[in-house]
Amino acid sequence: MFPTPIEKKSLPFNISYRVAIWIALILWLLPLIAVLLTSARSTADLNAGNYWGIPTQWMFIQNYTEVFTKTPMLRYLLNSLIITVPAVIGAVALSTLAGYALAKFKFRGRIGLFAAFIAGNFVPFQILMIPVRNLTIDMGLYDTASGLILFHIAFQTGFCTLFMRNFIIGLPDELIEAARVEGVSEWQIFRHIVLPLVRPALAALSVLIFTFIWNDYFWALVLVQSDDVRPITAGISALKGQWMASWQLISAGSIIAALPPVVLFFAMQRHFIAGLTLGATKG
Amino acid sequence: MQKMHSKQQQWMPFLFLAPAVILFSVYVIFPIAQSIWLSFFEWDGLGAKTFVGFGNYIELFSDGQFWTALVNNIYWLIFFMLAPPIGLMLALFLNQKVMGIRFVKAMFFFPFVISQVVVGLVFSWFYDPSFGLFNKAIELFGFQPIAVLSDENWVTFGIIVAGLWPQIAYCMILYLTGLNNLSPDQIEAARLDGAHGWKMLRHVILPQLKPATFIAIVVTVIGALRSFDLVATMTAGGPFGSSSVLAYFMYEQSIFNYRAGYGAAIATILFLIMDIYIAYFLWRMLKSEKA
Repeated sequence: MFPTPIEKKSLPFNISYRVAIWIALILWLLPLIAVLLTSARSTADLNAGNYWGIPTQWMFIQNYTEVFTKTPMLRYLLNSLIITVPAVIGAVALSTLAGYALAKFKFRGRIGLFAAFIAGNFVPFQILMIPVRNLTIDMGLYDTASGLILFHIAFQTGFCTLFMRNFIIGLPDELIEAARVEGVSEWQIFRHIVLPLVRPALAALSVLIFTFIWNDYFWALVLVQSDDVRPITAGISALKGQWMASWQLISAGSIIAALPPVVLFFAMQRHFIAGLTLGATKG
Repeated sequence: MQKMHSKQQQWMPFLFLAPAVILFSVYVIFPIAQSIWLSFFEWDGLGAKTFVGFGNYIELFSDGQFWTALVNNIYWLIFFMLAPPIGLMLALFLNQKVMGIRFVKAMFFFPFVISQVVVGLVFSWFYDPSFGLFNKAIELFGFQPIAVLSDENWVTFGIIVAGLWPQIAYCMILYLTGLNNLSPDQIEAARLDGAHGWKMLRHVILPQLKPATFIAIVVTVIGALRSFDLVATMTAGGPFGSSSVLAYFMYEQSIFNYRAGYGAAIATILFLIMDIYIAYFLWRMLKSEKA
């Protein structure tokens, strides 16, 4: 282990280390703590310039209720779910199929195809913007959830295929070969042998791209314009303009927007980190 | 039976690939070609297109806003490169087994999980000239308050710092995982040889962390060139376009100024810059495939 385990150091060193990590953590999250505190403040406090002290009145519940009742925040939150969940399922499904084909079949152009998926995943969004926007308008999907979902599935397929292919290539060939000799059809092999084996990867990948899609802002700006469809990222930035002075509401809204991926992250932390690094430690 | 099977084996992979390939081509591969093609036209996004050859590019090179955005992208690239070393330092700091460390690590990672729009709001708040924590802190050291986000000289750096926050968290996680996978034998052997501290890090640990470093640098470069969300939420490119980056400049020209052809030319340049890194990544990745 590196650095040397702290247990081997002196007692005072140990104590100061244990204190230091918590101080460092508070400093690291200070901007966020400020927002959290602000979301519980009263207007009176804010007018009096009490931004950093303890709130004189805890308005936590009132502020959050106000956000949900006086703004379309609930709608935005729902929109984000309506967009994110199908997009995650779609991208993971398509890329599991594609990743399996790229990992376990030998055919010409395999490497080239794989390279195209990787490269496509890194391109700047702006190079896609005008054509994708026009395509979405032409299909009659501008300002609909489906328009965004389709794009997210297509784009995330690049990263997901890279990820699934790298996972599947590590699975033993023998199982698949044995089934082939038995005369099991290719689809059945995929369905009953490969799919159960990739379940951990599916979990890791889903958590990760849920966060990516949930946090998308650019495409929400480009493909959607009405409050009925807008996901929470675009919603909160639209609200920011309207509530210039109501910082306590903007902060409450920000906390709400950040919460779902954070909850998911804490619930599935192991998967999340496995996801980030499985696609990553390769190469 | 066997024969039918080998036949199935020939066309099955294409069936498995078809949905992903079709969707990916329609939404990613073709649009790239279309954008490059569009960059040779003057087009408002709706009406007729007029072919102008390299006209858009020639115009770009004499457009001051383009140079501002390009230079800002270079600042982003340079200063974002702080994320991997700082992430490594944090990972080394936190790589211990004490009570509560799992929670602490998770909380350090937090900024990466939340949306950049929220990060932008959090930092706008942090920089606020009248009550922001940043100014409170510099006042303690006897400095005059700075309105970071409305000062042409500071604004880009202010946004970059906001961008570094989640980026450092990302690099830290990559390194923490890397540190977890170190070979204990090599470390023990090096310890017996009397290596420790900086020497150990430099000659034994860092070489083993190479894959993590590679990924950290790739994602950091891509992150720097993709910067859009923070610029859009914190300043919308202002004041007077001084914090714009190519990604935002492109969006502004195409959506607000109805100059789709011009926007496509900006996107093409950004794409060409990014290509250098994509090519490098592919080359490394495919090389390790063959090995």
